[in-house]
Amino acid sequence: MKMTTFAALLAATTGLAAPAVAQDLHFPMLNYRTGPFAPGGIPFADGYQDYLTLINERDGGIGGLPIRMSECETAYNTERGVECYESIRGDNPLIIQPLSTGITYQLIPRVTADGVPLHTMGYGRTSAMQGETFPWVFNYPANYWDGASVAINYLLSQNGDSLEGKKIVLLYHNSAYGREPIPTLESLAASNGFELVLIPVDSPGQEQSSQWLQIRRERPDYVIMWGWGVMNAVAIQEAANIRFPMDHFIGIWWSGSENDVVPVGAGADGYTALTFHGVGRDYPLYDDIQTYVVDRGLAAGNGDQIGSAVYSRGLYAAMLAVEAARTAQELAGHAQINAAEMRAGMEALSITEERLAELGLPNFSAPFDVSCQNHGGGGAAMMQQWDADTQTWSLITDWIQSDRELIGELATADAAAYATENNITPGCL
Amino acid sequence: MSDNLLFAMEAALNGVTVGIMYSLVALGFVLIFKASGIFNFAQGVMALFAALTLVGLQNGQIPFAPIINAAFGTSIHNFGWNLPSLVAIPLTVLVMIGMAWAIERVVLKHLVNQEPIILFMATIGLAFFLEGLGDIMWGAEVKRLDVGIPQGMSSWVDETTYNLFGYGFFIDTLSLYALGIAAVLVTGLVLFSQYTKQGRALRAVADDHQAALSVGISLRFIWVLTWSIAGIVALVAGIMWGSKSGVQFSLSLIALKALPVLILGGFTSIPGAIVGGLLIGVGEKLFDFFMQPVIGGATENWFAYMLALVFLLFRPQGLFGERIIERV
Repeated sequence: MKMTTFAALLAATTGLAAPAVAQDLHFPMLNYRTGPFAPGGIPFADGYQDYLTLINERDGGIGGLPIRMSECETAYNTERGVECYESIRGDNPLIIQPLSTGITYQLIPRVTADGVPLHTMGYGRTSAMQGETFPWVFNYPANYWDGASVAINYLLSQNGDSLEGKKIVLLYHNSAYGREPIPTLESLAASNGFELVLIPVDSPGQEQSSQWLQIRRERPDYVIMWGWGVMNAVAIQEAANIRFPMDHFIGIWWSGSENDVVPVGAGADGYTALTFHGVGRDYPLYDDIQTYVVDRGLAAGNGDQIGSAVYSRGLYAAMLAVEAARTAQELAGHAQINAAEMRAGMEALSITEERLAELGLPNFSAPFDVSCQNHGGGGAAMMQQWDADTQTWSLITDWIQSDRELIGELATADAAAYATENNITPGCL
Repeated sequence: MSDNLLFAMEAALNGVTVGIMYSLVALGFVLIFKASGIFNFAQGVMALFAALTLVGLQNGQIPFAPIINAAFGTSIHNFGWNLPSLVAIPLTVLVMIGMAWAIERVVLKHLVNQEPIILFMATIGLAFFLEGLGDIMWGAEVKRLDVGIPQGMSSWVDETTYNLFGYGFFIDTLSLYALGIAAVLVTGLVLFSQYTKQGRALRAVADDHQAALSVGISLRFIWVLTWSIAGIVALVAGIMWGSKSGVQFSLSLIALKALPVLILGGFTSIPGAIVGGLLIGVGEKLFDFFMQPVIGGATENWFAYMLALVFLLFRPQGLFGERIIERV
């Protein structure tokens, strides 16, 4: 067959067979449903997916366009996370949420080169809040340094506004994630006059007797934990074993899920942790999740995780992504937005109390605005406490604001160093 | 007595109890390696699978519920009963024996006379399969495991040491139980292998497969027997470690703690697994205690392997392992 005939035939057949280009909004999901951290990854993934399913089922998508979800398994492994990104970057992803600080660090230069917005909610590189240096990276509504500052502000409120002479242990996952709060806590220790003792735990943290013998010897006033996975439950069990008062033991939000306290039983009663979103399922939105997602057999999981701490966080991440897409559509004036328009929407995102009430999530989040300069949101968090009898978390404080002045200084210095290293001229896009 | 010395003694004592916990995992490896020359990569996952099965049975969980619900549109999760540990543990033992039988039928039978590396690769596949099976059967969420073993500071140790030294040592009661359980387990294994017909057959196979076959010992039966015992040992390890951390996927990673124990104690010696565990446990706690102020802690993961590496240089077969002599 002559090449021209073959080409004509091919063109005719493919032309006949080619469907119309689908109009949709691609929200990829980099999940981890396998591996040692799966107990945390599964409820997050379920919450994220269920919210997007709800938007499709109840509202017909965003601005009339359906959300297309794709899932890639990272197993919380940095190499696999990067492979996932490489496999989806050509498929018009609107937003990447890698759900891992390690993966985040690898993706920052890649998404910046490719022009794909990256959202790392409550994790990742803290100084990415400096939007002029990291135009494609967002970490609203709160970051690790906010967490460290909120924990210290809470302790200040418990101690008559003075931590002078107190001893505070930071028990941390010996990784990029666990080491993130150290500069902030060291600054706060210097300015507030408390002694900071750093105790690392190697991953996964199944065995921590050395660390807790040291804590027993140090006799600290408080222990702050930056853990993930099995490390959390083992630490809480060890704390109970040495009879450390649970209400003096504070976990970051990634150390404050049911997975961390349920295995310890009654010993975990009174344990406290930070959270940057509401707890429980007493929000009108969860009724919609039940009606439009679970009852229709479309839930990502078997429905028993709805309202758990990490499920709610996944749902919150999806809600912020959807709201950013909505904002992007309004700014662009059309529904079929691309990644650059999505980035603009994220930078113009405004979460107000009125909007949260409209969404069926009243007071679920602190109101915040994003801007070119501030990709980190408001930085507020609350304290939650575990009740082992009722097996529930309850909020014990209102929103506590972090020390954004100090965090801004630290973030500016870190972002400036990054800009110098990478030949970046900071500025708004 | 100086504070530092007391703290070091406390760390060493905790090292003993932690070392025994490592030994419980290492024992399963030794049993299978001794009887069949297979390094069982799946031993850690067997501990996880056993613990998952035990909790599932205790809680009356319906296995494969998500698949059943997806296939038939049902919404069933629980039988509605709670089994006492005394019933659930024997049932789990039966499941582990059934698993050993299935492994022999499906995997090992077809790999007789294959190179050890082939059998090792098969156990890697088995590990992945069991991980997935455990998740599908019982779910991936963290589960609380309570078989009635008390946890928390031992008041007896605290008071006794306080009366002796003026400073009360911390020892987890669970670890003291682990000591007792390990003693019973090792005694039982030694008695079984020395004084029962099956035990002698097991030792014969371990010494020489061909010779054992020639006197009528069934290799396949011995393999089922060995994997069953290793499954029961895995259940014990799963109970002890699962009680500390809850039952979750990372339980399978305790196998990583057993490797240096095996290198130290030898792959073929049951007493070696115990002594190796104690050396690793005490060594890592004392090293961490003395070096933590200098290098900042978190030394346990690499110290055990470093110690094992040093042993490899001077005694490759481990403390109690059989010397490997290969004639050319």
